[in-house]
Amino acid sequence: MTEGTLRESAAEVVRAPSFIADGPTSAPDNAAVVFDVRGLDVYYGNFRAVRDVNLQIHTHEITAFIGPSGCGKSTVLRCFDRMNDLIEGARVDGKILFHGVDLYDPRIDPVEVRKRIGMVFQKPNPFPKSIYDNIAFGPRISGTKENLDDVVERALRQAALWDEVKDRLKKSAMGLSGGQQQRLCIARTIAVQPEVILMDEPCSALDPIATARIEDLMQELKSEYTILIVTHNMQQAARVSDRTAFFTTEVNPDSDSRTGLLVEYAPTHKIFSAPEDERTENYVTGRFG
Amino acid sequence: MSDLFVSTESGELLLRDTTKRSRRIRNRLALIWMVGSVLVAVVPLALVIGYVVIKGVGQLTPDWFTKDLPAVTRRAGGGMGPAIVGTLLITAVAAAMAVPLGVLGAIYLHEYGGRGRLGRLIRFMADVMTGVPSIVMGLFVYTVWTIAHGLSAFGGALALACLMLPIIIRTTEEMLRLVPDELRQASYALGNRKWRTIVTVVLPAAFGGITSGVMLAIARAAGETAPLVFTIGAARNLNLSIFNGPTTALSVQIFGNAQTPFEAAQARAWGAALTLVALVFILTILARVVAARVARRHNA
Amino acid sequence: MDITPGGSSGGDVASLLGVGPGRRADQLFYSVALVAGLFVLAILGLIAASTTHEAWPAFRSQGLSFVTSSTWIPAEGKFGALAFIYGTVLSSLLALLLAVPVSLGIALYANEAAPSRIRRPIIYVLDLLAAIPSVVYGLWGVIVLAPFLGPNVYSPINDAVGGWPVIGWFLNGSSGRSFMTAGIILAIMITPIVTSLSREVIATVPRAQREAAYAMGATRWEMIRLAVLPWGRGGIVGAIMLGLGRAMGETIAVALVIGSQAGQVTTHLFEAGDSMAAVIVNQFGEASGNHRAALVGLGVVLFVVTIIVNVSARSIVARFDRRAQGV
Repeated sequence: MTEGTLRESAAEVVRAPSFIADGPTSAPDNAAVVFDVRGLDVYYGNFRAVRDVNLQIHTHEITAFIGPSGCGKSTVLRCFDRMNDLIEGARVDGKILFHGVDLYDPRIDPVEVRKRIGMVFQKPNPFPKSIYDNIAFGPRISGTKENLDDVVERALRQAALWDEVKDRLKKSAMGLSGGQQQRLCIARTIAVQPEVILMDEPCSALDPIATARIEDLMQELKSEYTILIVTHNMQQAARVSDRTAFFTTEVNPDSDSRTGLLVEYAPTHKIFSAPEDERTENYVTGRFG
Repeated sequence: MSDLFVSTESGELLLRDTTKRSRRIRNRLALIWMVGSVLVAVVPLALVIGYVVIKGVGQLTPDWFTKDLPAVTRRAGGGMGPAIVGTLLITAVAAAMAVPLGVLGAIYLHEYGGRGRLGRLIRFMADVMTGVPSIVMGLFVYTVWTIAHGLSAFGGALALACLMLPIIIRTTEEMLRLVPDELRQASYALGNRKWRTIVTVVLPAAFGGITSGVMLAIARAAGETAPLVFTIGAARNLNLSIFNGPTTALSVQIFGNAQTPFEAAQARAWGAALTLVALVFILTILARVVAARVARRHNA
Repeated sequence: MDITPGGSSGGDVASLLGVGPGRRADQLFYSVALVAGLFVLAILGLIAASTTHEAWPAFRSQGLSFVTSSTWIPAEGKFGALAFIYGTVLSSLLALLLAVPVSLGIALYANEAAPSRIRRPIIYVLDLLAAIPSVVYGLWGVIVLAPFLGPNVYSPINDAVGGWPVIGWFLNGSSGRSFMTAGIILAIMITPIVTSLSREVIATVPRAQREAAYAMGATRWEMIRLAVLPWGRGGIVGAIMLGLGRAMGETIAVALVIGSQAGQVTTHLFEAGDSMAAVIVNQFGEASGNHRAALVGLGVVLFVVTIIVNVSARSIVARFDRRAQGV
């Protein structure tokens, strides 16, 4: 594929009318597609960890990946910003098209990918620097021309953290509580203005109150970003997401290992009230997992 | 029941100690050995430091720090100015060479190639290098540098840098290992390149520990004698040039003066010893302070 | 980069292609770090090559007698280093004999028996001991210790038992500057390193082992003997060998107190002798030609011996580490 044809397929973006989804139960099928995943397999060495994932992520929606532990939800998530590249022996087959561009095309620079697709991790990981420097970190690298103070304030407001820290921006970020640190990490991610935010079990290390605040935050962020969240908490998925993908594992025929796979992907209300696959039903009704 | 208990004079019951006497004796002897060892270690330390302070303090006049060495060794007078400057200068130049090289080498080992065959070889060889006797370093630098370029501070600095390099590599690698991987992941996830992640996230996070390790290496180098004896020569006057001409250092002065039978020379040796020990102690204590502050911040 | 509803990427998706300066900077940094790492190999190789080359004339002219003969007469071109090798080994072994019991005792005390208030001062004291430069130990040794030991300790012992069989073979002589004094100074110098390494080893003994011993009603010493020492045996041996390596390479302090009577191979501990490093440092200044080559040759022998000791020590410690982690 030459650079010219790459550009052409990029121009094939479907432009939908400006559209704000109201509440977690709506997921119109003609919303614009951000990611188109086709036949994704993920290998660690020779071991196939996840097989044959096909789905489309729609813009300005919250999409949740749920499923029992070990089914590859985080593995798949980390494919979207090529963070799996950092693991030795990790390999991907298939395509992830980001606005029509295959993220795994050898000519694509993973660093550029990560500037547009941000990630929030399970355990809050602020840098041992001041709150201000944490947020300003990303914009400083990209050499933004905007006033850094404005960028920092905007990001902190969007992350609903501004009021709590505005008087101690120069203090170390390590002094914040767990929930505040996670919101700081979210602010840090949105300071570089990505298009997509990936969240890998962002609340599992937090208490219920902090969790609730972040879930509210996700709803606010939805209007500007597209969010993918991996969660082992079904109720959280039901509460916040527009669409849900259910993964599970299958034992491989010739060995003892298990490979993850996507079972069902549908608007959230449907997954939880009328799932089509029996395995999905078993999981969401708590019969296993 | 009765042989489990004894009653005391006041009528209380206590558990009888049934351990055989010989075992108790052996236990006590062992304790005596252990405590005795500590005392045995403290005595030489006290004696050495005591003598150095008592015999050396009389030398520390203002002249001591500023005047040149006397022309006639067996007479009193003059000062150690050139030696003090020499020690500081040579150690500084050595650090300027060893620190960047050592830190970068440790970065290679931990952030890039550490697990491959080349990485393991380098790490192994760095360990081997810490065991090379300092006099062999001196001979080495003499062979490859001093013969061709003459006596100079730089030759001494080269030898000291070779001594410092493996130490700095190992302590820096330890410190890099202590930086949690999640910080690197956070940086990559923001679209940061590897080199920039190392420079803006990893090194700042490891900075305190690296500094502490570097200062300990510098303290060790400042006290070395053997690598300098063949490479810097023996100057009596101040020589600020790094590449030209012989110079002197505190450690070399101590060594030279200790071998003479003259009282004045020996007194000078004590004075130089006090100066050197003070310098080394200050560096060592500073290093520990920095390390403690880092540890406190990590646990906060 | 504004976010417009419905996705914006269109044209700037192509900028995902990476060829820019960022990638090149990454490559450059990697190369610089790699070169720095390679420096270690280069220097070590250079050391080996240059010293051997410089010493070659001496090796060639003396052959094997370089290490088997103890005749060292530079004026006649005879360079037999046996006495110096012997001196290095003897003084180092003496140092171990004196330092190991003390170091082990301190290590065990600090870890097992000391009240926690005392533990930290002990570690500080050891750090201070380690920080004192070797030349200062040498100075103290030659001006204070040696003149004291000669008449006040060695002579009386020599007079008392010097004529006896077996003991008299060793406790003989009366020189303050002697193998024994060198051994003592070396022992003081290697105690900190053997102690701190042993302490690390002892600290890795799992609590379960100690508790098992105590649960059987063992006294503290018995617990140490049953649980700590067997477990830490390998690591402690490694620590001792590292101390040995350090003692063999020590130059300045030994040069000042060993006496420098060239050519003595004797079991009399209180007599003066020489070590390889001491000979180098004492004779190098005025040596030339073959003499100088021979001295560099001594350096080569010292280099090889200390490397062997150090590498063996590290492999023993590594094997202990692996065992301790249950590999």
